[in-house]
Formats: sequence, structure tokens, C-alpha cells
Amino acid sequence: MHTKTVAQLAKGLQQKDFSSVELTQCFLERIDTLGASYNAFITVDHESALASAAAADEQLRAGSSDPLTGIPVAHKDIFCTAGIRTSCGSRMLDNFVPPYDATVIQRFGAAGAVMLGKTNMDEFAMGSSNENSYYGEVKNPWDLSLVPGGSSGGSAAAVAAMLAPAATGTDTGGSIRQPAAFCGITGLKPTYGRVSRLGMVAFASSLDQAGPLGHSAEDCAIMLGTMAGHDKLDSTSSEVPGQDYTAGLEESLAGLRIGLPTEFFGDGLDPATAQAVDAALKELEKLGASLVEVSLPHSKLTIPTYYIIAPAEASTNLSRYDGVRYGHRCADPKDLNDLYTRTREEGFGDEVKRRILVGTYALSAGYYDAYYKKAQQVRRLIKQDYLDCFDKVDIIAGPTTPGPAFALGAKTNDPLAMYLEDVYTLAANLAGLPGMSVPAGFVAGKPVGFQLIGQHFGEARLLNVAHRYQQVTNWHLQSPPMPEGR
Amino acid sequence: MQWESVIGLEVHLQLATKSKIFSGSATTFGAEPNTQASAVDLAMPGMLPVLNEQAVRFAVMFGLGIGAEIGRRSVFDRKNYFYPDLPKGYQISQFQDPIVGRGEFEIQMADGNNRVIGITRAHLEEDAGKSLHEDFHGQTGIDLNRAGTPLLEIVTEPDIRTAEEAVTYLKELHTLVTYLGISDGNMAEGSMRCDVNISLRPVGSDKLGTRAEIKNVNSFRFVEKAIRYEFNRQADILEDGGTVVQETRLYDAERDETRSMRSKEVANDYRYFPEPDLLPVVIDENYIEALREQLPELPGEKRDRFVQQYKLSAYDAGVLSASRAMADYYEAVASSCGDAKMAANWVQGELMGRLNRHEIKIENCPVPPESLSGLIVRILDNSISGKIGKQVFEAMWLGEGSADDVIDTKGLKQVSDSGELESMVDEVIAASGAQVQQYLAADEARRKKLLGFFVGQIMKLSRGQANPQMVNKLLAEKLI
Repeated sequence: MHTKTVAQLAKGLQQKDFSSVELTQCFLERIDTLGASYNAFITVDHESALASAAAADEQLRAGSSDPLTGIPVAHKDIFCTAGIRTSCGSRMLDNFVPPYDATVIQRFGAAGAVMLGKTNMDEFAMGSSNENSYYGEVKNPWDLSLVPGGSSGGSAAAVAAMLAPAATGTDTGGSIRQPAAFCGITGLKPTYGRVSRLGMVAFASSLDQAGPLGHSAEDCAIMLGTMAGHDKLDSTSSEVPGQDYTAGLEESLAGLRIGLPTEFFGDGLDPATAQAVDAALKELEKLGASLVEVSLPHSKLTIPTYYIIAPAEASTNLSRYDGVRYGHRCADPKDLNDLYTRTREEGFGDEVKRRILVGTYALSAGYYDAYYKKAQQVRRLIKQDYLDCFDKVDIIAGPTTPGPAFALGAKTNDPLAMYLEDVYTLAANLAGLPGMSVPAGFVAGKPVGFQLIGQHFGEARLLNVAHRYQQVTNWHLQSPPMPEGR
Repeated sequence: MQWESVIGLEVHLQLATKSKIFSGSATTFGAEPNTQASAVDLAMPGMLPVLNEQAVRFAVMFGLGIGAEIGRRSVFDRKNYFYPDLPKGYQISQFQDPIVGRGEFEIQMADGNNRVIGITRAHLEEDAGKSLHEDFHGQTGIDLNRAGTPLLEIVTEPDIRTAEEAVTYLKELHTLVTYLGISDGNMAEGSMRCDVNISLRPVGSDKLGTRAEIKNVNSFRFVEKAIRYEFNRQADILEDGGTVVQETRLYDAERDETRSMRSKEVANDYRYFPEPDLLPVVIDENYIEALREQLPELPGEKRDRFVQQYKLSAYDAGVLSASRAMADYYEAVASSCGDAKMAANWVQGELMGRLNRHEIKIENCPVPPESLSGLIVRILDNSISGKIGKQVFEAMWLGEGSADDVIDTKGLKQVSDSGELESMVDEVIAASGAQVQQYLAADEARRKKLLGFFVGQIMKLSRGQANPQMVNKLLAEKLI
């Protein structure tokens, strides 16, 4: 059962080939026996998972036809879950049990999906390797010496290792797409505002977006259908209604114009990864698409722009973790300043502190105009580059990452090298565009992905292109070796 | 040297919305600590603000009330600082693009002169919670009921010169916002809190001196006292050749003094930047026009109309229009009794006197306007005299029914029967031989005075119920 896609499992549940309880049991057992090898989960609640599964079986008997009814799903530990610890990968929230569900969690719950557990992640979603977690690093199922990518590394590893059929993640600068690429699965970051951010622990409010990770584009389409839609409690969520993203999956790619930005194929891209991406593009060409060279002249500014805006927003979003109302509080504070200082010193890890400092600096009087304001201006130029491209092409394609997964520990002492990992993914967040990573093959046994970037609210088209590609390739169906001795 | 104070005021006005500015929690005053604090107010992880449209509406109404520019695209910003009663570690406020821009506010001073106070801006923001330092054995308690209460911060230009002007401005601002119904204006509950910026300069100079900011002065009287204290303090420093330190000061009402607070934090950097969780507020012409049409008559307009329509003095019109409830009461009495002047006298005299004495608000007045009007009608048709009227009013105040009820049950109807009056006049003349002799011997001017004696006697005899005009007439006829 564990090798099946969500679409296949949904069919099995509808046909009563197996029950949700059986299915859930199967994945819980895999987590119990294999989970420790990957460290993909922070919290697993067997009891509540099985109770939800039993309820889902009731719904199925009562005739529920929602494709997610009874499907076990793993949620990134950034989504608040009522009654279940939500740590965000941080010591700061190690003891935090929210009294409410995030809108994303609510929507999965309403569809009858079963929450298997909460997946590991970089602390407060800050990282590209999942080595910044208070709960330890996550390991790449394809090679346990490699990083799974981050920050949704736990979600990507859980799906790749088939500890969950699908998972949710969040993507602020590539945190869904990069781990999806490193772990050989499919991941989608929707348009900014497509999925409600309510109850999702904030990193950078103007960039954060939740999305699905799965084995296939079809699975991502099924999940996005449940996740997408307006939420009146998130003022930045779009009023554009959600849709059935599976409806257009089979559409022909004839006439599709795919833009290839020259800036995405230059220096810094690993040649073997470039080859895999080229091969994927050839497949799309065979399916009827035409490849058009385009330019995104401000591409070289995406990293500095992102690393001003994201830390600036993060620095104030994280001010609420002060030890006063919930979360970690230092022992025996001697005064207010001591309470703040020690609570935050103990509660936050190094990368989080680094970004709070960078962001605080960028917003400070005398630096605001030179940094934050300038970054916002450049952000508009970057967005305009994309909008200009979309006058000529329907979607944009390129690599997801500069290369395949790197070794654990390889970049932990070099934050700048780590930041360069996100060079191809950041722009979609800055421009608010949907982006997707699709498995494109292997480089020396390590998975790589290619990226599709669409127009605002163009998720259906991205999923359609990815799905047609997956109909003629089988990279997404490859399974990693099981850990030694299992 | 002669010094002049230059004063600017910042008023934090609590808007009368039912729920908070960014959450659905209630804003009722005085609830048990933290019973009106939701996950949003507590800044729980992942919680997001949603703007209360009623707060926007109230802010725009205020802008229209002072003829200010309305910000067509106003932006919320985060003002960052750490404090235990500030749950998010930032306050959502407006910095660059406030909802209300430049406007003017005309006030009328006691001497009848008008002054125009420039309004720099007014912006929306959320209130913080409260730190409770008592009853926690050396620890601090936090009550977040107030956190997120909508405030409109109204900032004036440094156009105010005296404590009287400051207080008049505040009183008329209070009148305006309660007229508009955008705030309950309850000073005791903190609905209107004032920061005073004050500096001194030599009279005749147009340069600004160094200012001190006096925080959170919460009554009109304290504003007046704080300004007077601060004027003297700064004048003393300047007279001695010293310099005023730019700082935040606190007014201590018990000691009637201001003193320095948190001078260490003068260099606070709030790191303002646009709040990414909220969209800019875009206000179009239709929205503004619809609100403009719904705007009630404003205090100044009402005052002018009272002068015109009821022929009242500017002063009387001002007193009677000081609150919407008072003006409504007066107008009800004036229109139903038909004598606006007399209505004004009764409302300002007997009625307000009693309300003030008993500290009762006009909204809770035990004498409804119909009753007062009924009383005035009886005076006008000579059923009773003005003097008896006061007796009737007293009874109505005590809840003894309408004017007619009181007049009937107490038998207070004026005696206008000429036969009855004539016999009373005869009786008094017969019993007052000496006074009659004096009267007859006196000249015209003295006669007028002496006549009062006879009228008084007849009034006494009739227990005040004799019709004074008829008594006068009869006496004139008989004392020849």
C-alpha cells in the first residue's frame, strides 16, 4: 500500500479494497520501524491518527467521495494543530500546544484526511538543509549522508521514504521545491495568497505560502484543491475561488510556450544537473511545447533582495516569542530584560538569531532606506521581469537547484554558500508566483528536479504540464533503497 | 522675559466599536482580566489581524467632521518595541500614510472669539494591554483585555498657546466625537487620553523652543494643571539661563507636578515598516460620499442654527448644543411649547441646575421634555406664574406626574377670577391703612415701589396663585 500515490489510494478506499484504519496503520508501522533512520517526524500521535481514520471510514461508508477522505497525510510542524504540539522546529515552541487548527489543517480535516504526524523542519522554516532543527537533522532517504533540503525537509523525506503518501510544506524562498528536488518528489508552491496563512507560524509574511508535496503532480493537484481558497481571517488570502486542479491535468501541451531564462542556465549550475533539466525540457518539447529563450535581467539581485526582506519581516514576526505568554521561558529571570534576553538566547538557534539580527539591522533608522526600502523597489523590478516574460511565454522553466543534495554538514559553517542554494527558487516568492519542482532524473544516484514557474493563479497549468511530463517519464515513481537491515 | 507656550496635543481616542480593531474580541470596559483576549490578541503563533471596517468608518467620519483630507490609500505599519503588555512585540499603527490627513478645527473661547487649531493628522492604531503591578507578590500581571482596542490618534499642529485653549480644544473635540457617535468619550475609562507637547519661547519670537512631552494626561483639569506646571518649570529653567531637555514627562496629579520618565529610551528606534499581514486601505469617493450624507449635524452647525432659528445668544446656543442629548432635549421642549427663549431659560436654569447638583446626565433626566414643555405652556397661558412654575418643576423632578397633574393635585392654578381677586385686593387695602396713605402721598416713581408691597400681600393671601397682571390692574384702579 505504501508505494501507491494518493490518487491510487483514494481509488482503493472508495472501492473498499482496504480501510483508512488499515492504511493508517500501515504508515504508522513504517514510521515506527523506519522513522528513526530519517528523523522526518517531530511528533506522531498514533491514537488521534487512528481515531481520525476510523471516522474517515465512517464517512466513506456514508458515501464520501472526497479523494482525501481516509488518506493519511503528514503536516509540516509549522501548521498549528489543536491539542497537538506545534514546535516549528524550535526549542522556543517545544512545549507549545495550540488551542486551534491552522486553516490548512482544518481543510484537510474537513475533507476527511488523516493526520499521521508533524514533520521535522528547519527552525522557523529558516534553512535549506534541515540541519537547523532543534530536533536534529533530517536525512535524505536516497543517501542518509545527504541533506534532504529544507526547510520542509521532514515532509519531503517522509514522502520519499514512503512514511506518508503525501505531506504539506511551506515555501518562503524554496522550502517546498528544493527539498522536493533533493528527495525526488513533486512539490508545489502556490501563488502568494492562494492558501490561507492563518495558523501557519509566520516566517516572512509577504513571502510565506503553504503547498503540497507528493509523489506526483496529480497528488499535488488533489491536495491543492483542498488547501486553496479564500479565508476571511487572512487578509492577504486571495478572493479568487479555489478550483478542481485535477480537471485540466490531461490537457494537451500543444502550443504551450515555455520560457527558458538565460540567467538560470549560466555559471553556478552543475553540468550534470543541467543535462537532466535539458532532457526534461526535450520531453516537454516532444509533448508539443515550444522552448523560447527569455531573460530575467534582475535575477542576480534576487538573493540580496530576499535576504533583506525575509529577515526584516522575520525579525518582527519573531518578537512575540518573549517568554511572557507561552513557549519557552528562561528559569528564574531576575528582571524583564533578563527574561527577554535569556529566553530568546536559549529558545532560538543560531540561524534564527542571525536572521533576526540581519532583519533588525535592515529596518533600523538610518539603514531603512538603503536596505529595506531599496529591497522592496528591487522586488518590484524582479516581479516586473517575470510579468514581461509572460507577455511572450505561458510558463517559465529551469533548474530547481544548482545541483543535487549535498552532504550533511557540508555547508553548515558557511551561511552564504547555503543561501546560494535558493538562487533559482527565491524569485517566485518575491514575485508571488506559483512554482513547482518535478523529478527530472538522477545525478550520481541523487535525485534532481526541474522547476516550472507559472503566472499568478496559474497552478492548474503548472500541474497540467507536470502531469503530462509524468505520463511519459517515470522519475517520480522511483523509490529510494530501504535503510540497511530493514 | 515674557514667555509664550507653544502647545501641540496628541489625543488617543478610543473608538466605540463593539469589537477590537484586528480581532473579534469584545471591547467592553471593566471585564475580568483576559476574558476579552482571543488568540489574535494574545499574539499566538500564526494568528493574523483582520481590520475592523467599523474603525475605518469612524476614522473617516472624524476626518469629514473636521473637513480633513481622507487618505485614499492608507497603510498600516508595525511599530516595534518590546514590552510585556504588547503581545506581538510590535504595535500595528499608521506611520507614513494615515487615514486622516490635514484638517482644521475651529474652537470658540469663553470670550466669544474663535481660534482655528490645525490638525496634522489622525491615524488608526491598536491599544496595548495593561501591566498590573499590585497583588502579584513582586511579579507583574498582564491583562490583555484592552490590547487591540481601536484608537484614533489625533495630532494637532503646535497652534495652541494657553492652557485655556488646550482645554477648550479638548472639550470641543469631545463634543465633536460624541456627536459623531464614534466614541463614548468616557474620560474616566480612558476613552480619551492626551499627550501634551509643550515648549516655551519669548513672546514675539517665531522660533520653537525645546519641547517636553507629557504623557497620558487623562482629564481636562489635569491637562490644564500640567500645562501650568510645565510652563512655570520651563520658564524657571530658561530664566536661569538653562536649557530645557527634550524628554518624556509624566504628570502626577496627586503632587500636581510633572516629572521625567524613561529618559534612557529617548533614542527608541521603532523600526517602522509596512505591516505585511494587512493590505493597504483603499477608500473611494463613493464610500466617502455615503458617509458624508449620513453625517449628523455637527456641534458648530447646530450652534449656528440655534442662534438663527431660535434667536438665542451665541453663548446660550453653545451651552444648549454642548452635547447631542442636551440639544435634542432642548429642541423637543422648544418645539412643543412654542417659546424657544423660555424653553432655553428653563433648560439652562432650573433643569441644568438640578442635573449638575445631582450629577445626573441629561440622558437620565427624570423630567422628560414633554413634561417641561407642558409646564412652560401653563406659564404661557397664565394658568400659573413663573414662580409657581418652579414649585411644579420640583414636583415633576420628584416624579409626581405631569405639570397639569401637579397643578391639579396641589391646587396651584392661578386665580384669575376678577371677583375673587377684587375681594382679596379690598381686604389688603382695608388692612393696610398706613401704606395706603403713604402711597397716595407719594410721587410717581415712589408709587411704583410701594405698589410692590400690596402685590406681595395679595400674593401671600393667595399663596402665590393670584394672577399678577390682574392684581396690578385692580390695584391701579382701586388706589386712587
